[in-house]
Amino acid sequence: MNQTSKSFWAGVRAEFPLLIGVFPFGLIYGALALGAGLAPLEAQMMSSIVFAGSAQFITTQLVRDAAPGLIIVLTIAVVNLRHMLYSASVAPYLKHLPRRWKPMLAYLLTDEAYAAAGLHYERHGLTPTGHWFFLGAGLALWTTWQISSALGIFLGAALPSAWPLDFALPLTFIAMVMPVLKDKPMLAAALSAGAVALLAQGLPFKLGLILAALVGIVTGTSLESRR
Amino acid sequence: MNIWLVMLLGGALTFGMRMSFIYLFGRYEMPVVVKRALRFVPPAVLSAIIAPALFMPENALDVSLGNDHLLAGIVAILVAWRTKNTLLTILAGMITLLVLMWAGGNI
Repeated sequence: MNQTSKSFWAGVRAEFPLLIGVFPFGLIYGALALGAGLAPLEAQMMSSIVFAGSAQFITTQLVRDAAPGLIIVLTIAVVNLRHMLYSASVAPYLKHLPRRWKPMLAYLLTDEAYAAAGLHYERHGLTPTGHWFFLGAGLALWTTWQISSALGIFLGAALPSAWPLDFALPLTFIAMVMPVLKDKPMLAAALSAGAVALLAQGLPFKLGLILAALVGIVTGTSLESRR
Repeated sequence: MNIWLVMLLGGALTFGMRMSFIYLFGRYEMPVVVKRALRFVPPAVLSAIIAPALFMPENALDVSLGNDHLLAGIVAILVAWRTKNTLLTILAGMITLLVLMWAGGNI
């Protein structure tokens, strides 16, 4: 096996443990999207056009609550802001690549692909085939996400509607947020955002989420810069 | 707004943010203050989604032992804190919620 395919498959393998968590998440997304009133084709296309699990989950909730389209787009943007951080983090390792590689890897830059590729770059630095590793991790996740969404859409009607499947979203977020809360500014950002989200729940157009996120970011940033 | 338009705009914005610094690298450095602020995006956004799901499952504040979502969320927080394992956290929270709902005759 040559070095490029070795790197590619190493990326696929590194992604594997993350896929175990992603698969049920995709299933639940598919089922919820149908429950919110999206057509099967719309639900499936969202998985390839937006291709961001948490934003897709929120979108199904907003669609169900009949929020205005502009608010949904804004919310998707705020929820996905963190990807700029990933973009900045991998950018130095991609700068030498031919032009066709960059949009492809950017499209694949999800939380889970970043988790595998970012760690790889941190450990090995810039290598001649590092982008193949990234591609392998990204495509493994992409394929899993498409298949699990499709399966969720297919099985959606069979799942008992009384089951609180949408609770999987806050649970997943709890798992993501707890390891990050390592210092006071982070904790303050989380607590202030949570408190504002509760206070602002009554705001029209579901603007509470955006407002709460901004308050959390400002609180954390200003606490940190004061130290 | 049409759902397809929402998806296309949402997808374009998401792609734009993922592409941003990959495209700009070398031409433009991210200001330190922006970089710092971005670090707080995940805890802020995630907590803003978690809090209402736990404290307001029926759209009204409910801080009581009768709030199954809150109790299940606390279990999940403890499991996440101790194990740092995503799958275990989801399973623990979901099973707790299902058991509580079943015990209360809500399922």
